[in-house]
Amino acid sequence: MKLYKKRDVAIISAAATKCGEHWDKGLKDLAWEAGVKAVEEAGISGKDIEYLVVGNMSGGMFVGQEHIGALVADFLGLNPIPSLRVEGACASGGIAFFQGYMAVASGLYDIVAVGGVEKMTDVEQEHATTALSGAMDFEWEAYFGATFPGIYALMARRYMHEYGLKKETLAKVAVKNHYHGSMNFLAHFRNRISLDEALYAPMVADPLGKYDCCPISDGAALVILAPLEIARKYTDTPIIVKSSAMASDTLSLLKRRDICTLDATVHAAEKAFRLAHIERSQVNLIEVHDCFTIAEILAIEDLGFAKKGEGWKMCDEGQTYVGGNLPVNTDGGLKASGHPVGATGVKQIVEIVKQLRGEVERGRQVNNAEVGLAHNVGGSGATAVVTILARG
Amino acid sequence: MSHIAPPAHWRRAKERYRLLGSKCENCGSTFFPPTKVCPKCRRKGKIAQTEFSGKGKIYSYTIIHSAPKMFEKYTPYILALVELEEGPKVMSQIVDCKPEEVKIGMDVEACFRKLFEQDGEGVISYGFKFRPADNSWKTSY
Amino acid sequence: MRVGIVGYGVYIPRYRIRVEDIARVWGHDAGSIKSGLDVIEKSVPSLDEDTATLAVEAARNALKRAKDVKPSEIGAVYVGSESHPYAVKPTAATVAEALGIVPNTTAADLEFACKAATAGIQACMGLVRGGYIKYGMSVGADTAQCAPGDALEYTASAGAAAYIIGGENLVAEIEDTFSYTQDVPDFWRREGSLYPRHGGRFTGEPAYFEHVIKASKGLMEKLGTNVSDYNYVVFHMPNGKFPLRAAKILGFTTEHIQPSLVVEVIGNTYSGSSLLGLAAVLDVAKAGERILLTSYGSGAGSDSFSIRVTDLIEERRNLAPPVKYYVERKEYIDYALYARNRCLYRG
Ligand SMILES: [Zn+2]
Repeated sequence: MKLYKKRDVAIISAAATKCGEHWDKGLKDLAWEAGVKAVEEAGISGKDIEYLVVGNMSGGMFVGQEHIGALVADFLGLNPIPSLRVEGACASGGIAFFQGYMAVASGLYDIVAVGGVEKMTDVEQEHATTALSGAMDFEWEAYFGATFPGIYALMARRYMHEYGLKKETLAKVAVKNHYHGSMNFLAHFRNRISLDEALYAPMVADPLGKYDCCPISDGAALVILAPLEIARKYTDTPIIVKSSAMASDTLSLLKRRDICTLDATVHAAEKAFRLAHIERSQVNLIEVHDCFTIAEILAIEDLGFAKKGEGWKMCDEGQTYVGGNLPVNTDGGLKASGHPVGATGVKQIVEIVKQLRGEVERGRQVNNAEVGLAHNVGGSGATAVVTILARG
Repeated sequence: MSHIAPPAHWRRAKERYRLLGSKCENCGSTFFPPTKVCPKCRRKGKIAQTEFSGKGKIYSYTIIHSAPKMFEKYTPYILALVELEEGPKVMSQIVDCKPEEVKIGMDVEACFRKLFEQDGEGVISYGFKFRPADNSWKTSY
Repeated sequence: MRVGIVGYGVYIPRYRIRVEDIARVWGHDAGSIKSGLDVIEKSVPSLDEDTATLAVEAARNALKRAKDVKPSEIGAVYVGSESHPYAVKPTAATVAEALGIVPNTTAADLEFACKAATAGIQACMGLVRGGYIKYGMSVGADTAQCAPGDALEYTASAGAAAYIIGGENLVAEIEDTFSYTQDVPDFWRREGSLYPRHGGRFTGEPAYFEHVIKASKGLMEKLGTNVSDYNYVVFHMPNGKFPLRAAKILGFTTEHIQPSLVVEVIGNTYSGSSLLGLAAVLDVAKAGERILLTSYGSGAGSDSFSIRVTDLIEERRNLAPPVKYYVERKEYIDYALYARNRCLYRG
């Protein structure tokens, strides 16, 4: 095997902005807010940061801004350090983390900041939808009238056909995520919803209704990485990065081996667990990429926490609530906590870090959590990043 | 998607008009969308263009209620993954069919329709869509 | 050298609107309209159908019937229409591309109100007989425009018919053709106008009847045939009344024209009209039977053809859906949906 991991890496601070419609904040303001919070938390000076990686999906389409690596470095006062923007649709944040992790693990840099930012609400919803549709195959999917909810609806319909999933269970996923989100001060939506509200909401792409779909949010998140051996200089509660793995698949759904499985997730998860030397049974909570309710069910299976075709039963039985066998999306997930696309992957890491430190709001804190997993997906599954974190 | 320039329509027009895909003359595998390599044969593969019959079955479907601007006037419309009789799947709208009539496994056949117009003055995009297969004319008339 | 029809195919969209549903919107008396026009309903295209898509569907059916013809052997493609999707950019090239006829072919859009496609057939006949091409294709297709509330709204419909012309493997031989043309302002649409205007009753005697009768007579004189030599007669069908009356003037019976009268249930498909009528006749005619076809295009002119059905018709006509299939395949929509499909709301 290749020399993959040179040294252990820890997260020394993690921060996120509230997600939602930040009318008064632009992309730079959001990145600045998350960055300052993280730097203050670590008690370090910006001068200590040697390298910056920023996840951002479509600054160009959303706010007419590219060149986001240098831009964020400028705004955080980090010039002249090297700074890089990475893009992998909704997995941009997860990829940024993977890149930052490699930079520290390889020994190239010690202190690395990994951010994610997206400003989505400056454009009309229809324009945002158009920007997001760039994550699927343009020539053979979007060109023929496919939309993102439509792609996931095709997966959901087939899954229902093959495994007996009912729309009620999809609704239960949304209800659970809104319940968790209601206790998260940073969530986009903090309202609880009833099963009927979710079940009888207006259709977006049948069988997916309004509550099966995540919102369009503004938001940013930033974490700071350091080699484990020096992490305690900055924090009493370093969180160890046990592994971070990434995999890819076809952009277009029509070329997939099985549309009810995200093979990229399967591959990334296998690798992440293998590298971390951790069993599924040791994981106390997971943050999965629930851009649509069906995606949460598929993620539970593809990450290996349930057999194919049976993940929905865990959701149906309520095992995915905080207090259940496998708490899923304790921050409300993309559905309730929000989905600022390029920031989401980093925001998920922030949630796991806070959970492992026992720092989240009462009611949604998983007791004595030792190991958490974050799962970030781009498009309909062409990119997946799985990161396993543990208490130091 | 933002404005699509004429060459971007034109480049794929043949394939969209006639449902052209690829066939590996080495192993017989068929592909859609058209491909440049056979993933099975790799270097030994010999890729040629092939025209699909246009017959297939609905593998999965959805009814799109919320669509990008250029498809807005067609909502609600049926979007499906169609499994062609030759094997590959295509993503396509299903027309001449009510949303409540569409089913997984339904036999469909390709037809030629307008895909979208970006505005009243721009290029019109044409291509395949699918409709419920109807062979009643072979026996009833 | 013989020349004639090697394959034919039609297409009619599946939506229909009844005369009653249109009359209710405008406060007209449906009963008198129906009896005045002999039309009870008309075909309406889907939102995603236009003249190009209709023409492609019909052309594909024609190619199925002309089963020995390879697309690459078709040396000319003409599409006659007064609703070409583009003012400049040929529908014919789209049809040629969609059928795989490209690139070694000539193609052009033709416009002569409702008769452009019969002019296309004549062009193909000349090219075939002159030895310039092996086969040619002429398609008549329209998604006919009409101003909301205008009398035309009761009949202006959508449909297409495609003919492959060649010198061998004929399902019907074209014995001869004769045309009659004059400058007559009975119906027109100016560049940039959405809807056509027309001369009301002026479209009758000096326009439709003058040309249809004279062209038909001219053809029979040229060939030395008379009414008794024909089993069927087919005319352009702006409504159900005009072709019946033209038949009567020429001495044909209702039986001669009835098999072609699809106008009552699909309306006036403009450039597709007389050629859809001819297809309906080819769907039922026996080998050896003769057909007199006369188109009409406002502005004004008629092309007349004497056609003799061959033995090959029996095996070929079942290779693609007949006119009757498309006529009976239908779904009714109300005026609101019709207005949506025809984009009558502009905003
Ligand atoms: Zn091969």
